[in-house]
Amino acid sequence: MKYEAVIGLEVHLHLNTRTKAFCGCSTEFGKEPNTQVCPVCLGFPGSLPVYNQAALDYAIKVALALNCRVQEYTKFDRKNYFYPDLPKNYQVSQYDLPLSVHGFLDIELNGQLKRIGITRVHMEEDAGKLIHQENASLVDFNRTGIPLLEIVSEPDINSPEEAYEYLAMLKSTIQYLDVSDCDMEKGSLRCDANISLRPAGTKILGVKTELKNMNSFKGVKDALSYEIRRQAEMLDSGEKLRQDTRLWDAKAQETIAMRTKEGAKDYRYFPEPDLPPFIIKEDKIAEIKKTIPELPKEKMQRFIKDYGLTEYVAKILVASKQGALFAEECLKKTTDKNIKSVANWIIGPLSALTSSTCAIHELNISADNLAGLVDLVENEKIISNLTGKIVLEEMCKTGKTAKAIVEEKNLAQISDSQSLNSIIEEAIKENPKSVADFKAGKANALMFLVGQVMRKSSGKANPKVVQELIRKRLANA
Amino acid sequence: MELYKLTAHELLKKIKNKETTSEQIVSDLTKRIKGVDAKVQAYVRASSSTLLAPDSKPNGIPVSIKDNICTDGYNTECCSKILQGFNPPYNATVINKIIASGNSFLGLKCNMDEFAFGSSTENSCFGPTHNPWNLDCVPGGSSGGSAAAVAADEAIWALGSDTGGSIRQPASFCGVVGLKPTYGRVSRYGLIAFASSLDQIGPLTKDVQDSAFLMNIISGYDAHDSTSINIPVSDYTKDLINDAKGLKVGIPKEYFVEGLDSEIKAIVEEAINKLKSLGAQFKEVSLPHTEYAVPVYYIIATAEASSNLARFDGVQYGLRAKAEGLVDMYKKTRQLGFGDEAKRRILLGTFALSHGYYDAYYLRALKVRTLIKQDFDNVFKDFDYIITPTSPTAAFGIGEKMDDPLKMYLSDIYTISVNLAGIPAISVPCGFTKKGLPVGLQILGKPFNEGMLLRLAYTYEQNTAWHKVKPRL
Repeated sequence: MKYEAVIGLEVHLHLNTRTKAFCGCSTEFGKEPNTQVCPVCLGFPGSLPVYNQAALDYAIKVALALNCRVQEYTKFDRKNYFYPDLPKNYQVSQYDLPLSVHGFLDIELNGQLKRIGITRVHMEEDAGKLIHQENASLVDFNRTGIPLLEIVSEPDINSPEEAYEYLAMLKSTIQYLDVSDCDMEKGSLRCDANISLRPAGTKILGVKTELKNMNSFKGVKDALSYEIRRQAEMLDSGEKLRQDTRLWDAKAQETIAMRTKEGAKDYRYFPEPDLPPFIIKEDKIAEIKKTIPELPKEKMQRFIKDYGLTEYVAKILVASKQGALFAEECLKKTTDKNIKSVANWIIGPLSALTSSTCAIHELNISADNLAGLVDLVENEKIISNLTGKIVLEEMCKTGKTAKAIVEEKNLAQISDSQSLNSIIEEAIKENPKSVADFKAGKANALMFLVGQVMRKSSGKANPKVVQELIRKRLANA
Repeated sequence: MELYKLTAHELLKKIKNKETTSEQIVSDLTKRIKGVDAKVQAYVRASSSTLLAPDSKPNGIPVSIKDNICTDGYNTECCSKILQGFNPPYNATVINKIIASGNSFLGLKCNMDEFAFGSSTENSCFGPTHNPWNLDCVPGGSSGGSAAAVAADEAIWALGSDTGGSIRQPASFCGVVGLKPTYGRVSRYGLIAFASSLDQIGPLTKDVQDSAFLMNIISGYDAHDSTSINIPVSDYTKDLINDAKGLKVGIPKEYFVEGLDSEIKAIVEEAINKLKSLGAQFKEVSLPHTEYAVPVYYIIATAEASSNLARFDGVQYGLRAKAEGLVDMYKKTRQLGFGDEAKRRILLGTFALSHGYYDAYYLRALKVRTLIKQDFDNVFKDFDYIITPTSPTAAFGIGEKMDDPLKMYLSDIYTISVNLAGIPAISVPCGFTKKGLPVGLQILGKPFNEGMLLRLAYTYEQNTAWHKVKPRL
């Protein structure tokens, strides 16, 4: 049977406030275990929480960027369960009156726009980290109490690819807000997925499984793909699916059922009596709204409109805020004629010099210098594309202008026929077969000869001029 | 000289006039404690050599502290086995205020019902405290150690905590003054929580003037307690005005019904007549939701307690039972560490919050709590005070109610509503039963108006002599 996947994602996000959610401890990552703790985040008896105002502001910012309705009256609740990484044996979270509800995020896949609903964005605190040893388990409480947001999507996602796009767009949007580094490796972004299958075209809901332990966006995609296959096979063979929680094993590339206990979990939620409810006023929301920068979706649309870029190119350029800022500076410093070339240089050769287009702003090259390089290649034809790439690498190493490097290393193209003719004569002499082929009408032979001249000139010959000269020379012969 | 018999304001005057020193007071008190604490057992872990907490410097008058208020470097165990050896690395805000005031410093820790669960101070892992007026009787609870210490002149003044009457009821049983401030008036930071939405720290003193003085020291906004309220605190000693003329007092008819001991009723009515003669105006009022206060309280308080006490699991501090694996450690630690009443309340609270019962119990209780609060708001529109007995009976015998939790719970029937409504109330001595046990008069006031409360209490006290009678030990 043909099935449709119904997927909902639950994302947990660390807010990068300087201090924890309910105390003054630092949130810095990677410190010695249990060095960033105090009586409050250790849940010592008698200690009381005080909510970090910056965390509330960040949370509202995210909620607004995800088009959520921020509720005027919101409160914290206690989620009660025993676990050694949870020092109070309850987590301060939000239950029936979350910070915000009814949002959405637009994603784009294969040129199709799709709106994914966001059920809620709520505030909570992170737990500690367990480190298991042979005969003991240790607890690191440094992470305990770091402000978290839980972002719950509607089950509007229908494929692993859409899930991937949703996560990429979510990460990009949140990074634009400067409220989280969204690093899955550091655990500052975590994602669980709920997935069920139903016969394509129907609206019924199947039995869902919850997937955990994915350590990358690709892991989420792979786990979902695996789970779709597993569930489809079971359904096809008439087996009954069980509602359970499964862990993704990235090595084995499969999901494994967690041991589950009988009966549903009962967290005994109730209002946190140590924290009075919040009233979030309109003017506060308006004030925070003002701090939200142009988000990737809008920026992309503007790049297409203002610079005449294709959707494909614009989307790559806006993936990160800093990268997009640099890219736009380059586009602004370029003549209209060169804009497309500059964009292609950015997403091509420039991005290749670092991990991705998201990191181009970290390279040691100014927007002016990049524009200058493209001008040398495209307008003035002083260097070839190939030489351009070598010059670009040198520019990033030294911070020098393209012109300076070209002069210093004598890389300027040779375009005058006098200098070129002797090299061309040599190439013709050495390759009689290609000459014959060309005369017999084989176009490829001409390109081969041009290549020979380029090689002999160490790439400095102007390929267009060379091509013309060879064509003329052989026509005369 | 018997300095221990004096009040804090009398002693501070003597220190100021260089008639005595803090050191002399400490040495005198120490002698007194050595003399009588074996009978009363108001203190816990009392070292025989000194009255002072380690590193405590005599400066003014020592304050004895209930064992659920955190003292830096000094055991704070809530009289529970599960917190055995717990030595907090921080002071409660009230302790810092006491030290910073220059008029007081940290004294010994007082006995209490385990985690403040009880009305008799019998639920203590250290054993019961005895009522100084009759050693076979309980001192009330849960701040029974603090009340008994003050009554027996083993403390000049003390701090207790009040979740449903735990300061006022023992004050009444021991014949001392006990004040529960408005919720949010005194910081709860460092008070080991029983029920977070009800708990308040307050003074137990020999007279109303000391109560005002200690309130001056401990009150005020604390940025470390999100439920503390940022309303300026006035100098409460300025409110000590001996004048009741024109003050309007409501007498709730629901409080003078079956269950109130006829002897207590007569004594409280006499006190009301005394205030009438001093010019206060009385009128019967109604608090229609009074009958629901006890069930509402035992749902909300136990629900919060079940969550607050979850952290005592053997992982970080206190008792850790020998066990095989994590779940076994949780179970054995909590089984060994908690007493019967703590277990009973954890079970009650866990049940009240459980899926399927939450709406019927906890949510409903919250709604009725709002109605109870509205009852008081309505009365306070027309009246300055409400006066009731503090407790329906005088002190009962040790062991008398231990097998009947419900009877024990009803001992707080007149004090519980005050915590649910968050308003302030004070208990002042107003007479003795034929058997010679003290009786308390409870005065309830408007939120954040402790000054007004102290004024009427002071007027009553200045025109009576009950507070001057001392138990013979």
